[in-house]
Amino acid sequence: MINLSVRDLSYAVRDHRILSDISFDTGSPALVGLVGPNGSGKTTLIRCIDGILRSEGSVSLDGDEISALPRMEVARRVAYVPQGIRNNSTATVFDAVLMGRRPHLSWSLGKKDEEEVVRALELLGVEDLAFRQLRTLSGGERQRVMIARALTQGSPLLLLDEPTSALDLRNAMEVMELIRRLAVDEGRLAIMAIHDLNLAARYCTGIIVLCGGKIVAQGPPAEVLTPEVIARVYGVDAVIEHRNEIPYVFPLRPMTKT
Amino acid sequence: MPDTDLRSAFAAARRKRALFLGGTALVIILLAGVAVTLGSADLSVAEVYLAVFAGLFPGHFVATDTAMTIVWDYRLHRVLMAIAAGFGLAISGVVMQGILRNPLASPFTLGISSAAATGASIAIVLGVGVIGGDFLVVGNAFVFALLAAALIYGMARVRGMGAESMILAGIALMYLFSAVTSLLQYIGSSEQVQEVVFWMFGSLGRSNWPKVGIIAAILAVSTIYLVYRAWDLNALAEGDDIAESLGIPVKRSMTVFMLIASLITASIICFTGTIGFIGLVAPHITRMIVGTDHRFLLPASGLVGALLLLGADSLARTILAPTILPVGIMTAFLGVPFFIALFLRGRGE
Repeated sequence: MINLSVRDLSYAVRDHRILSDISFDTGSPALVGLVGPNGSGKTTLIRCIDGILRSEGSVSLDGDEISALPRMEVARRVAYVPQGIRNNSTATVFDAVLMGRRPHLSWSLGKKDEEEVVRALELLGVEDLAFRQLRTLSGGERQRVMIARALTQGSPLLLLDEPTSALDLRNAMEVMELIRRLAVDEGRLAIMAIHDLNLAARYCTGIIVLCGGKIVAQGPPAEVLTPEVIARVYGVDAVIEHRNEIPYVFPLRPMTKT
Repeated sequence: MPDTDLRSAFAAARRKRALFLGGTALVIILLAGVAVTLGSADLSVAEVYLAVFAGLFPGHFVATDTAMTIVWDYRLHRVLMAIAAGFGLAISGVVMQGILRNPLASPFTLGISSAAATGASIAIVLGVGVIGGDFLVVGNAFVFALLAAALIYGMARVRGMGAESMILAGIALMYLFSAVTSLLQYIGSSEQVQEVVFWMFGSLGRSNWPKVGIIAAILAVSTIYLVYRAWDLNALAEGDDIAESLGIPVKRSMTVFMLIASLITASIICFTGTIGFIGLVAPHITRMIVGTDHRFLLPASGLVGALLLLGADSLARTILAPTILPVGIMTAFLGVPFFIALFLRGRGE
């Protein structure tokens, strides 16, 4: 179990404000989708939660302020899968996944470390790729490997930055199902930036809508995804239809600027 | 069961790495054994080894004075210098390529070698240096090499410390220092120009026991430290965000690693002059064989670098004997075609 509490988080680069007054609370098990237009601050928020960027305000995990924890301790609690992973890496899948054990390792590898790697590779169905180099993998395979690494890190909070953006329909759905299983069924908290509103609506338990560095709406997908929110955030006319209680967004046209 | 298959495959991969390390070390020892017997002096193999053992165990073996002088004052430290310099240039190449995530990063391409050459030229042509006396040229080369590293680091820092900006800064510096060296050659006398050119060729002919000792000491400490932090190098090689999220202080670590790599490079090239390609090629070859885990990649690249430089120097001493070619020319002759072959093979895959 893990509880994340974000209070009045703001982040600026020089005079340029990227995030302001972000506050929300969430706890495992949950899969939270961060949605919003390009440049709305999704990636920055994820990096602030992981403590890679030092923000104003407070980010706390189970009551412990992230900025006050040693980096190694943060790494044991939070795993991060960045977007746009290097695609020319010559590291093998095994070595890449093994790196997730870094926060738990002294120098040499124990039996447990190797077991964790094998378990993660099998769970993501990439055990046959163990000795392939990352650069030879397809986008879908590489994304699975990166998730496998985050899993071996053994942290209750997973942060993912657009894990499906480079994937085709089937791969995207498989990855989303997997992340949902890891989060909702296995008791983790996963927070992911995601562009595809319909994927988010279908798999996430909660959605946070960002626009211009501020939270515009947050809550369950069916409450958050309304024509008004889509119009306000994206400037797009849309209709929402529900199927099996899941909202689906049908964008109609970009609204004319006033 | 695939589970046990995977485990035995991991074990096999580990054995392969260990075998490669042991095998390379053995070949270096054998080649060193051959290298001490090479040279223009008229000594038989038996005389050479008698002299080696007489030096190691005085009283138990007796060798002629000539043999003792040639083996101990000319050949042995040169062989060890080749091993130490090759090892050091290779591991600093591994570190630079790893943290900058660029296969072209090396002491040579980052302008550190050019800066050392400029330092040496200032000492030779203008006669001014940070340290006077016997260490005028060496001291200047050392200080300028470190200065280049500091400049690259400073420029990258201003631009926000990205790996790309460090490489661009390095290339810019390489041109700048080459221009300064050319200018000094233009205004220097013909003797001075000749000396500068000889320095830039890169040679192990200026080696002696104290120099070997200094380099060995620096290498021993820095290699142990780098291998100890191998996991952090592994993570940095995959990207800043990944390393940071795995608990590694990225900026501080990059500074420390750059500093160590520069120190190793500076301490070697200030004694040998510019020796290119070892720092570039050795890590590439090794990565293809043992993979990217720095726990193995560092020592294995070091050994490959040692083997390459010792091999190149042995060739340089024999190919046009009794003329000894500067090893820097040899490494380029051997390294360039090899590198292009490697590159073409990589493209075909």
